[in-house]
Amino acid sequence: MTESSTPQDYVPGTHPDLPPPVRTTGPIGWARINLFSSPFNIVLTLVAVYVLMSIIPPVVEWALVKSVWTAENRVDCWAQMEVPEGAACWAFVKSRLQLFIYGFYPQAERWRVQLSFVLLIFAILPVLYDKLPGRRHWFWYVVAFPFIAGWLLVGGFGLTPVDTDQFGGIMLAVVIGVTGISFSLPIGILLALGRQSDMPVLRLLCVLFIEFIRGVPLIVLLFVASTMLNYFLPPGTSFALLMRVLIMVTIFSAAYIAEVVRGGLQGIPIGQHEAADALGLTYWKAHRLIILPQALKISIPGIVNTFIGLFKDTTLVLIIGMLDPLGIGRAALADAEWAGLAREVYLFVAIFFFICCFSMSRYSLYLERKLHTGH
Amino acid sequence: MATENQTDSRRKVASAMDSSEMAISITDMHKWFGEFHVLKNINLKVRRGERIVICGPSGSGKSTLIRCINRLEEHQQGSIVVDGTELTHDLKNIEKIRSEVGMVFQHFNLFPHLTALENCALAPIWVRRTPKAKADEAAMKYLERVRIPEQANKYPGQLSGGQQQRVAIARSLCMNPRIMLFDEPTSALDPEMIKEVLEVMVELAESGMTMLVVTHEMGFATAVAHRVIFMDFGEIIEQNEPHEFFKNPQHDRTKLFLSQILHH
Ligand SMILES: Nc1ncnc2c1ncn2[C@@H]1O[C@H](COP(=O)(O)OP(=O)(O)O)[C@@H](O)[C@H]1O
Ligand SMILES: [Mg+2]
Repeated sequence: MTESSTPQDYVPGTHPDLPPPVRTTGPIGWARINLFSSPFNIVLTLVAVYVLMSIIPPVVEWALVKSVWTAENRVDCWAQMEVPEGAACWAFVKSRLQLFIYGFYPQAERWRVQLSFVLLIFAILPVLYDKLPGRRHWFWYVVAFPFIAGWLLVGGFGLTPVDTDQFGGIMLAVVIGVTGISFSLPIGILLALGRQSDMPVLRLLCVLFIEFIRGVPLIVLLFVASTMLNYFLPPGTSFALLMRVLIMVTIFSAAYIAEVVRGGLQGIPIGQHEAADALGLTYWKAHRLIILPQALKISIPGIVNTFIGLFKDTTLVLIIGMLDPLGIGRAALADAEWAGLAREVYLFVAIFFFICCFSMSRYSLYLERKLHTGH
Repeated sequence: MATENQTDSRRKVASAMDSSEMAISITDMHKWFGEFHVLKNINLKVRRGERIVICGPSGSGKSTLIRCINRLEEHQQGSIVVDGTELTHDLKNIEKIRSEVGMVFQHFNLFPHLTALENCALAPIWVRRTPKAKADEAAMKYLERVRIPEQANKYPGQLSGGQQQRVAIARSLCMNPRIMLFDEPTSALDPEMIKEVLEVMVELAESGMTMLVVTHEMGFATAVAHRVIFMDFGEIIEQNEPHEFFKNPQHDRTKLFLSQILHH
């Protein structure tokens, strides 16, 4: 028995619950702990407040408070401002909005783009929410979606054909991004499994493919797509430029996904393979039910990182003459009526990409938290 | 424990020494890891319902031996016949044998992304094509049998070591195996959890299951084993009925080994 310095006036095991010490909870407690806990922390907090105070108000004033939303042209826009060129002229972006969204897709057929977009939302829903009723039945819809959307956008089989050269703007970025993401994930997983296979020939092929694609810049692959790819096709067949770009973007991203997934596969203890084998599961069942769910979970940050990179890289297609949102913006700036409004255009394009990529990043965090089962 | 019944049933099994009654029959089996000769001339016949404890120093090849029985390791020479089916490169045979031989690992190897119940129902659903409702019901029955039905919906990460190992036993039993292999099932557990796992194993033994258990739990060996096998340097050095084995070890290496595990 040790003697305690203060006498104990309760029976052991009956210590009452006490409230936590004051000022460790609530907003004041939070600020004390997180913002003002040490001299260095105080300085850091003050510097951050100063920097934010000197940046945010002018930007808000330029972009929102004093901005102009309706005007005929640049001169008209500036005439409406206290100081010419002193605020944003969103009227410019507004006048080009249709172009930013649909590119040169024929006016009369734009409902097909809108319908595809609605279908896309329904295809993403079961991926986002696993509690959706009848989620199993959605699976085939999700698999079929790229083909349905492809038919809607390109036409044929009863719909007026639309030349893929007329695709542009946000619609083009989404087409390349969604196609790249949805095809590169399964291809990347297969490449990662091939790289781990016991079959030397298969393993070698996968390693060569992955290392070759990873060792070449995407821009080079895009130039290959725009100039050389037709040499490899049988004479007489022409292959739309968009199709070639989609293939290049997909295999480029698949090579990266393969490496990310391989990292995840290596993080799975050998005991998981053995337990699955010992229960009599086949290779494919073991991977589908045991190995991949765990490996993909570890790989989520890397996979989403690759997808974000892919989506941003869609702007590179402007180098081979396709007009993604950035390309549309640059073309619009060449218009004499509106020239000189680059800030508005680039900010608009930046915000579009930021919203898409930031949502993906948030979704990946949500997924990680949801899949955490305490191990 | 009902020791009289135990010795009685042991005698019964010993009298039924018919070759068709063999659950496992290993003949002149050798295995190498690269240049390293890990199992040397193994001959072992296990009758149906027989319970064998395998012991021996670390690195002597105990795990490798039982892992050859369900082809987690491949042998290079000799033959292994499990339940009348010889283990060859034929994948169909391997899958058939694996679905009839349950295995419990030292580190449990539960699937961490699935609940205890899902761990148990997975193989019946995907290997045996049992409808989910029936598989869940059977899984629940086995979780009750290992006395943790209340943990059915927890993930392995939320269970203690002893509970995880009992889920692992239930998971194997859900496939209705005819043979159970245990590779040091209690050696990764804290002392207070060893008992709860051994109790489940003793009950399983009393139900007549054919069991091969790698363990150094001598109490367990004496209580349920028909035979204790001692291995060293990849060979079976000595085997005997447990009381004789512990009282009268024949071989010097066995004596040395027993003195070491009894005096640590
Ligand atoms: N996959 C492997 N590759 C090479 N050597 C191995 C492998 N697995 C086990 N060994 C070696 O084989 C011997 C026997 O191992 P093991 O069967 O695990 O022994 P035990 O279970 O009796 O401790 C040890 O020397 C071990 O280092
Ligand atoms: Mg071992």
